[in-house]
Amino acid sequence: MQLSREQLLQAYRRMATIRAFEERLHDVIATGEVAGFTHLYCGQEAVAVGVCEHLDTEDKIVSTHRGHGHCLAKGCDVQGMMKEIWGSTEGLCKGKGGSMHIADVDKGMLGANGIVGAGAPIAVGAALSNKLDGEGRVAIAFSGDGACNQGTTFEAMNMAVVTNAPCIFVFENNHYSEHTGDDYAVGTANDIASRAEAFGMRVWRADGCDFFAVYETMRELLEYVRAGNGPAAVEFDTERFYGHFEGDPQNYRGDGELDRIRKERDCLQIFRQRVSEAGLLETDALDELDKAAHADVEAAVEAARAAPRPTAEDVLTDVYVTY
Amino acid sequence: MAEMMYRDAVRETIREEMARDESVVVLGEDVVGGMGTAGGPEAIGGIWSTSTGLFEQFGASRVIDTPISESAIVGTAGGLALSGKRPVAELMFADFIGVSLDQLWNQIGKFRYMFGGKTRCPAVIRMAYGGGYNAAAQHSQCVHQILTGMPGLKVVMPSTPEDVRGLLRTAIRGDDPVMFLEHKALYGVSGEVPEGDYTIPFGHARQVTAGEDVTVVATGMMVGVAEAAAERMAEDGIGVDLLDLRTTSPMDEEAILDSVEVTGRLVIVDEAPPRCNLATDIAALVARKAFSSLRAPVEMVTAPHSPVPFALELEQAYLPSDDQVEAAVRKTLDYR
Ligand SMILES: Cc1ncc(C[n+]2csc(CCOP(=O)(O)OP(=O)(O)O)c2C)c(N)n1
Ligand SMILES: [Mg+2]
Repeated sequence: MQLSREQLLQAYRRMATIRAFEERLHDVIATGEVAGFTHLYCGQEAVAVGVCEHLDTEDKIVSTHRGHGHCLAKGCDVQGMMKEIWGSTEGLCKGKGGSMHIADVDKGMLGANGIVGAGAPIAVGAALSNKLDGEGRVAIAFSGDGACNQGTTFEAMNMAVVTNAPCIFVFENNHYSEHTGDDYAVGTANDIASRAEAFGMRVWRADGCDFFAVYETMRELLEYVRAGNGPAAVEFDTERFYGHFEGDPQNYRGDGELDRIRKERDCLQIFRQRVSEAGLLETDALDELDKAAHADVEAAVEAARAAPRPTAEDVLTDVYVTY
Repeated sequence: MAEMMYRDAVRETIREEMARDESVVVLGEDVVGGMGTAGGPEAIGGIWSTSTGLFEQFGASRVIDTPISESAIVGTAGGLALSGKRPVAELMFADFIGVSLDQLWNQIGKFRYMFGGKTRCPAVIRMAYGGGYNAAAQHSQCVHQILTGMPGLKVVMPSTPEDVRGLLRTAIRGDDPVMFLEHKALYGVSGEVPEGDYTIPFGHARQVTAGEDVTVVATGMMVGVAEAAAERMAEDGIGVDLLDLRTTSPMDEEAILDSVEVTGRLVIVDEAPPRCNLATDIAALVARKAFSSLRAPVEMVTAPHSPVPFALELEQAYLPSDDQVEAAVRKTLDYR
């Protein structure tokens, strides 16, 4: 299926926004201006966008500690996110959550998550809710190659199968969980999809650095799940461009590894190449989108810097709905 | 005496215990760091640097890098311990006890009792706890208030490098499961450490400052907070008897009761939220056993009843401060 020009432009724009957002944060965090633990999504943009471009608001996603890309791809407000990361009361979570807990439930974004492996069961619940509503909507759990080793992830996969939940397990294999390689930590010869298969799901595998591969795979997969065939899983081979967290010295990387993945596995560059080779979009149009993405992010940083700060009285609000 | 950092005290004590007793085994996420990568084992060496070099010295069979699987980490420690080994397992953040709670609570904490006293489970579960890093609701919590209420588990909260060494030796050499809670804000703190193979028994509080006006009880990170307040008040002639409990299970009830008998005033400082925490536990103890000594209501300085918030201003307001301790002490002195 051919994407329209508008669809192509929108997909690139979203990937460019994630890239600009994360690179800006990378710089800002180095200055100490932003507090807390921040995990950047750079390198994996094609996965979040290639998945979420197929979704509407009623489709739910559940994210991870590396959640900015999923949030932006699902339509979370750039300024609201930036203000959250700055800890402002105008942030998406009023400064209570920060980078690791950004959520916008109204947008179908059920939260980044600080607990590795916590997301998959929540996605099963969201999927069953969508199943009850009977509109063919789905829920998606994003998980990493580290999270796939958590018992919660196994339980969720089996639960999804036995309840025939319209749940999709998206495994982003960026080959590292913190400082440990998937070669070591994933027992199934770093093949995560085969685990999902063993639970009784249909699985797909694709290159997560190629937006078109992600997009096409998800089109097929979503058709299958929306038709009521039960859960499915997909493993995307992808790369993380920065450290596990900001400040990670990354001594575990091979010589020249970062240069190589940035040169050969950059999903934005691959997208550009593909669309210009196919004569679908002109370089100028893409450059414009890069510029617009940077401008949006810059405006968000300025807004976050000027945004109102919480006070001690705010600590005890929103613990409960009623007291 | 030598100067040593809290994190180095943890690591060097483990190293010595491993050398001393070959049944001591270390396991946890990234405790080797770099497994399965181009950089190779120990490319990084654990995010807290509390296990650096152990893999090189003792090898893969005694220093086990685990996948992200907290339930299995704690359960594996339990199985090792039931089989005659002395595992020292690490949960990277104390918050992750949530993932492993069954293994902690229903398994390792209860084996001995359920099995009629016929077994021992000498597992040490180390974990980094506490706030101060804007790490938000799932990476900043205290857990002693949960673990202390679980019969069968011992709970240790060292506040100095000296105590880390003495208490960790006792933990590893002892025959009961021990939750060893290391405050992440203390890892970089240095202190004098005695030479030699000393141990510190559980259930013995340390007197940090002596005084006859008010008893202040604290643990872990809160000891330093209370000490700052006590030092300031000493300049005004207020004598604070500051007790660092060191272990919350077992707890040195005698030290608390003896002190309150002298001072008649008690302030408890607890980084945990105020319901069913250490402060309420000690307040109840004193109400029951030292009622007639009390000359003022017991004061509690705790976190509020909320998850740990993210924003700088919010977390600052959340964490108990030396100003709050001072105000509480003065309040007990001003009573009537
Ligand atoms: C239950 C739990 N255990 C450990 C951690 C610490 N931790 C945070 S991210 C991470 C690695 C996750 O790896 P992966 O799932 O591959 O995601 P990636 O970081 O590669 O995006 C670890 C161990 C955590 N946050 N939660
Ligand atoms: Mg990973």
